[in-house]
Amino acid sequence: MAHKPIREADGKRMIARLLKDYTPRQCSVKDMFISVGPEVDVETLPAKYSWVNNTKLVVKPDQRFKRRGKNNLVLLDATWPEARRWIKERIGRPVTIGNVTGILDHFILEPFVPHSPDDEYYLAITSSREGDDIMFYHKGGMDIGDVDQKAEALHVPIGKTPPKQELESKLLSKIPSQRKPFMACFIEGMYKFYVDLNFTYLEINPFVPMCDQRVCTGHCCAFPLDFAAELDDTAEFESGSKWGPIEFPPPFGRTLTKDEAYVEELDAKTGASLKLTILNPEGRIWTLVAGGGASVIYADTITDLGFMDEMANYGEYSGDPNEEFTYLYAKTVIDVMTRRKNTQGKVLLIGGGIANFTDVAQTFKGIVRALREYKNQLQENKVKIFVRRGGPNYKQGLEMMRKLGSELGVPIEVYGPETHMTKIVAMAAKELE
Amino acid sequence: MQVNAVQRMLDFDYVARRETPSVAALIDPTGSDGLQRFFFGTKEIIVPIYRSIKVAAGQHPNADVLINFASFRSAAQSTEDALSIPSIRTYVIIAEGVPERRMRLLANKAKEMRKVIIGPATVGGIVAGAFKIANTGGTIENIVDSKLHRPGSVGFVSKSGGLSNEAYNIIARNSDGLHEGIAIGGDSYPGTTLLDHLMRFESNPEIKMLVCLGEVGGTDEYAIVEALKKKQITKPLVIWVTGTCAKAFSTDVQFGHAGARAKSETESAHAKNSALREAGAVVPYSFDDYGEAINRVYRNLLDKGVIVPRPEPLVPRVPMDYAAALKQGLVRRPTNFISTISDDRGEELLYGDMAISDVFAKDIGIGGVISLLWFKRLLPEYATRFIEMAIMITGDHGPAVSGAHNTIVAARAGKDLISSIVSGMLTIGPRFGGALDGAAQQFSHAFDTGLTPRQFVDEMKGRGILIQGIGHRIKSIHNPDMRVTIMKDYAKSHFKATPLLDYALEVEKITTSKRDNLILNVDGCIGICFADLLRTELGKELADEYIRMGALNALFVLGRTIGLMGHYLDQNRLKQPLYRHPWDDIAYMK
Repeated sequence: MAHKPIREADGKRMIARLLKDYTPRQCSVKDMFISVGPEVDVETLPAKYSWVNNTKLVVKPDQRFKRRGKNNLVLLDATWPEARRWIKERIGRPVTIGNVTGILDHFILEPFVPHSPDDEYYLAITSSREGDDIMFYHKGGMDIGDVDQKAEALHVPIGKTPPKQELESKLLSKIPSQRKPFMACFIEGMYKFYVDLNFTYLEINPFVPMCDQRVCTGHCCAFPLDFAAELDDTAEFESGSKWGPIEFPPPFGRTLTKDEAYVEELDAKTGASLKLTILNPEGRIWTLVAGGGASVIYADTITDLGFMDEMANYGEYSGDPNEEFTYLYAKTVIDVMTRRKNTQGKVLLIGGGIANFTDVAQTFKGIVRALREYKNQLQENKVKIFVRRGGPNYKQGLEMMRKLGSELGVPIEVYGPETHMTKIVAMAAKELE
Repeated sequence: MQVNAVQRMLDFDYVARRETPSVAALIDPTGSDGLQRFFFGTKEIIVPIYRSIKVAAGQHPNADVLINFASFRSAAQSTEDALSIPSIRTYVIIAEGVPERRMRLLANKAKEMRKVIIGPATVGGIVAGAFKIANTGGTIENIVDSKLHRPGSVGFVSKSGGLSNEAYNIIARNSDGLHEGIAIGGDSYPGTTLLDHLMRFESNPEIKMLVCLGEVGGTDEYAIVEALKKKQITKPLVIWVTGTCAKAFSTDVQFGHAGARAKSETESAHAKNSALREAGAVVPYSFDDYGEAINRVYRNLLDKGVIVPRPEPLVPRVPMDYAAALKQGLVRRPTNFISTISDDRGEELLYGDMAISDVFAKDIGIGGVISLLWFKRLLPEYATRFIEMAIMITGDHGPAVSGAHNTIVAARAGKDLISSIVSGMLTIGPRFGGALDGAAQQFSHAFDTGLTPRQFVDEMKGRGILIQGIGHRIKSIHNPDMRVTIMKDYAKSHFKATPLLDYALEVEKITTSKRDNLILNVDGCIGICFADLLRTELGKELADEYIRMGALNALFVLGRTIGLMGHYLDQNRLKQPLYRHPWDDIAYMK
């Protein structure tokens, strides 16, 4: 939702394709960026991109994590056979970045650009409520340090365009004067590109002007060495055609489990919202919560009461899903919950606030169906269920749950709006002790 | 149009004892100007519908709120267009997924114009006892349970619309209730911020305490911290920032709201809660204690006499909607219509008891469909086949017969298909095509009363009545009508019994002995065979009733309509001009 990181290769290709539309003709970036994912046959690349064979190359993972250099995951100044071997040795393999482990499956392959460290520059654009901030620093690269402190910044109020003189005076005071016209042009173009394509964040660290003899006159190229950006995905209907066919990659290390992927599929099929993240399949507190806001508060309360380690999942259903989708969603959660037995028992929180217009009785029908189907597993896993909900027809819904308890031989405690929304968390926690 | 949301607003108005409805007009840019009826309590009122916001505002200059239900594609633009209308002060955007840059531009413009935008991605808000935006507050029972029908002393603002309802419940249980509640929406850049509304509450003397629900992500809560430090907020504030669980997730999890994502430690729920607590807000230790924290502050204000409890007003009862009452089995009413042949309410269309998929799976044909819809049962295949044969045979009889002729004349006069074929169909009657019923009735009556064929012919002759279904203009006993032969042979070889046909053939023997063209004609043959068929399958009484109702003529009308349509299409295809009958073909006489 809203701010979505994109792949480095996609972003660089967008710049190469479109920057010229936002600048007078002297600024451009050549499209020499190849995305290597699992669907790409590495062997066919030289045939498709002839420059691969006769250019020195750079390869880096392209999966939304930073500090690739510090993690020894950047190959520089390589021949094609070296790059090919490097990719093949790493693709499909797990790596650990910080405390997150994930599989390497996307790389960016691009030309190696020999340059002097003096030619590296830093550019970032960020947005806030009042406007956008352009940050520029006359040095760049891995060791730039605390850029927030060091960089020159220009605030552009929302809806305004930055005047060129201000760009030069506020941002470019520390660069050689012969480079200023090109640099101002590049920054101005990147800003218009940022605005028109509905970016919400963009950082190039560093980029290198590709000019002869370090003098930028006439036509001049820039090369972004390292690029990260986020788009506002709600603007797809306005800017989607300019983005081209891109995908929004998941966070690194966040490969979906089969069940999570299934719920994501269900979510895509309905106008309602169905979300599931398995945090800890061994956890003993499971939740089946209605509403995006309420689900966060339930997770908060579990954390705040000190049961973070027992929290098995995060998820929510909302937007009035029909009985069938509620059933399929509930079934998935209950199935994962009852896969691994724990002799100490488990709790399931069927929670939610007071619905505005979701028919509680109707959605509960789907949950009841799933619970009936898993009667034996629920008993075997010693599951105790706590229900709290309000909204249209909640009385019927709660009554249905009460009756179900004796029918299934599974303990179910049922509460309505008279009980504080998260009280069942403390009740459930007591059960675990 | 948001008819349900409007009705809920009007129901709220009624329990809040508003004297006039809060909804002045509806705007439907793709529809047409008109009126929509609503209930205001037990009375019905009409609310005008306009195509343009400007026209609506011109007609209703005292309306100062625009609730915009436009989709995420057009919500920003239509709101911007309406900003220039001076009489409107508050704009509510319901849609979720409005691009952020558009929203930032709009929020900025609105601020310059000193106007208030609530949303996007919100359910709206409510001024207890006065005005409710769209679906805020849920059902009318919940509104009364949460005491939203009358003002209390609490100003509440949150990002989440879904949770606001829960919050109103908590506030009602722990204080004298809500005065005003706003859900600003879950986007990163809502039109107005939490602080904007807290500042409004601060300057509203009716509001004695502030309650707020913040959220992980963004820095809006720090603006509240600043306002507390600068003493811009002096009323007690109970606030909880949700999303403390974020630290439990090792990778980046996007919660329900677009803005709910911490980009740095300062945006985390924990950091915000700490900063707010330090700045003097009442921050509980978890959401569990939110209600107690509100209650503590409320009781303190009671003790100080800042809040003086008010007596509860009587709550007018909102009449239950008929549909809702019916669903709950509380009312019943005799229906004005009854229907037994088909049902389109379920998963699948039913013809009688048969689902439309079975109609095809069992390949019952048009004869089967007719048998289900006319006789409410699936007749055996020989019978449905006979029905189809009758339709095929009556399909057309050339352009010269009266039905076709009228259709042709009407078609050439430039009339449409329906008018042209109706013009032809209206000639169907006792002299043209209407002999099916008549023949079946005359023959079966004679047969049933035990008249011999001879007695029947004599009696009809004696009474000077033509025997229907007997006689043909051209065809004769020596030059038989193939149509009759086909039907007759089919009936003889497939029907279980053909007593009426046998009787008619005896009659034919007598009449053809007088004149050889007094044969059983096609109308008579179909009518009589069909009477045999119905008597076999339905029993005599029911069969006679269907014949009395005109079921046999219906068969002719159905079949012949095919031909009439053919003639209509034919004339149009041939671009035939208006027909004028020649003078010399009319004998003008005095």
